[in-house]
Amino acid sequence: MGVKNNMEQIPNVPKEKFKLIHDENNNEQEKIGTPSLTYLQDVRRRLFSNKVAVVCLTLLSIIVLISLFAPLVAPHNPNAQQVTLSNLPPKLGNLNIPGFNGYQNMGGKMVDAYKQAGASKDTFYLLGTDYLGRDLLSRIIYGTRLSLIVAILATLVDLIIGVPYGIVSGWKGGRTDTIMQRIVEIVSSVPNLIVVILMMIILKPGLGSIVIAIAITGWVTMARLIRAQTFQLKEQEYILAARTLGESSTKIATKHLIPNLSSTIIIQTMFTIPNAIFFEAFLSFIGIGIPAPNASLGTLLSDGQKAFRFLPYQMWAPAIILSIIMIATNLLGDGLRDAFDPQSDD
Amino acid sequence: MAKYILKRIFYLFLTLFIIATLTFFLMKMLPGTPFSNQNRMSPDQLKIVKAQYGLDQSVFVQYVRYMGGLLQGNLGTSFQFNNEPVTALIGQRLAPSMQIGAQAMILGTVLGILLGAVAAIRKNTWVDTLATFISILGLSIPSFVLAVLLQFYLAYKWHIYPVALWDNFQSSVLPTLALAALPLGNVARFMRTEMVDVMSSDYIELAKAKGNSSWKVVTKHALRNSLIPVVTIIGPMAVSVMTGSMVVENIFSIPGIGEQFVKSITTNDYPTIMGLTIFYSFLLVVIILIVDILYGFIDPRIRLGNGGKE
Repeated sequence: MGVKNNMEQIPNVPKEKFKLIHDENNNEQEKIGTPSLTYLQDVRRRLFSNKVAVVCLTLLSIIVLISLFAPLVAPHNPNAQQVTLSNLPPKLGNLNIPGFNGYQNMGGKMVDAYKQAGASKDTFYLLGTDYLGRDLLSRIIYGTRLSLIVAILATLVDLIIGVPYGIVSGWKGGRTDTIMQRIVEIVSSVPNLIVVILMMIILKPGLGSIVIAIAITGWVTMARLIRAQTFQLKEQEYILAARTLGESSTKIATKHLIPNLSSTIIIQTMFTIPNAIFFEAFLSFIGIGIPAPNASLGTLLSDGQKAFRFLPYQMWAPAIILSIIMIATNLLGDGLRDAFDPQSDD
Repeated sequence: MAKYILKRIFYLFLTLFIIATLTFFLMKMLPGTPFSNQNRMSPDQLKIVKAQYGLDQSVFVQYVRYMGGLLQGNLGTSFQFNNEPVTALIGQRLAPSMQIGAQAMILGTVLGILLGAVAAIRKNTWVDTLATFISILGLSIPSFVLAVLLQFYLAYKWHIYPVALWDNFQSSVLPTLALAALPLGNVARFMRTEMVDVMSSDYIELAKAKGNSSWKVVTKHALRNSLIPVVTIIGPMAVSVMTGSMVVENIFSIPGIGEQFVKSITTNDYPTIMGLTIFYSFLLVVIILIVDILYGFIDPRIRLGNGGKE
């Protein structure tokens, strides 16, 4: 009864008289200071705040761009021979920079090698020429291009085999998983390099063979990682929800698993690329890789090593480029891992 | 434990059997014959030569023979190197490879442990940055690039070590250095991560709280516990040193099995390639098995029942 009485006692106040106090203040407090970031934006922010990774990314981008536009950038045809102008030291225009002035130590005296070879005044090779008079700079640009192509193709094949293999093995579990893992164990227990070499002996030398040889063992690591991740993801609620809703396994794999595996895939790819570059260089170095006359970083290094006593510049350039690519990809891989998974870092 | 080891040994033999079979049939798939001057031989001569190597039999008979030989430790006869048995070839050349391999592993692991530990203790200082930089260099620069550079500077330019020779310890220094870079980088990196983990754990805090000197905390507690997981990467590292030594031996003209392997590839000496492939795989599988078992003994936390798999 009392309640009803109280209600009736409240005077009829018109709506307009009500006003929200501290309206602005409230809004201020509720405001979100920074825009909310999606996962990928967050990853990008973390990656770009890592100076080392940015430097590596820039270096690699430059190298990739140069090799992408190799025909435009290279000053000469990489396979054009000019035997009269063979083994010329580096020369940069007519600037007299030590080491880049076309002078060569011959019997204790510095001699203008270009004059001796009878080259015209305007001829110069930035990194010198090799034993057949081919421009070393152009060969290095094309060689890097070839090495990168091998690496990217091998990594792609890795992905195409490794990712589905890992997903199927992890998703099916049980007996299928056991058998698939036994195969992985056996493949991974043979030294990669030996399989690669065996494949190279059997296949015809060339780009395709190298890619196949590298990929035939390379997919194992990827498959293992993906399998382990799939095992974890399988137990997640959203996967369970998708299953309950009657989604087919293939659809779950493409719609739910692969997007969630993407960070693992990207990081592992960054470590597969230097590996592939190493294998290619290794094979070409021992002479069963890229066949002549085409150049790759490995063949250039091998040629340089043979002549390094008298013509050390022929060894330096490929060694430096190869090392830069290896270091940059490794560091970028580290940076990506930290960016995708900040907890992995201490 | 015994059951686990037996199971692993069974798998070891299964793996080796599969590798041997694959290698055999891959080699049989190769076009051409091993006798490069066969055009000059009369059909009768060719028949005799083929019979001598057992190549007149069907592939299956050859396979059974080869596998039978393998069981008795016979890897066949080399086509190129004076018809020597492959096992004899390997035997002669094993010592130099083992020496530089072992030296590189020991040097790399010890330096790597030190470098990683120092980096972890002086975390986020210039020491850490420098150590990380060195380990990245070691990991990234291929051993053959390093070998070529070392050969150029230390041997050719500065005459400190011989360019390409194999007689005394002096001549093993450069190949060892070239091969040690990879284990050094690997171990240092791994060690740093482990050590950083350990250094922030409760028992280290306790040891510090008890008033132990930081030297004692590091040597008695941190170092020991961080070392255990490092054992796991020794197996894969040994493999990369082994493969790296193939080309490093070639660069420094060391009469080891790596150099032999490369030489057999360039001369199409199939029995030697096969024998060395099987031998390399055998070494690798055994090393990994030993490391796994060792790890089980060192770290009682590992249950071997479901271990072994990664």
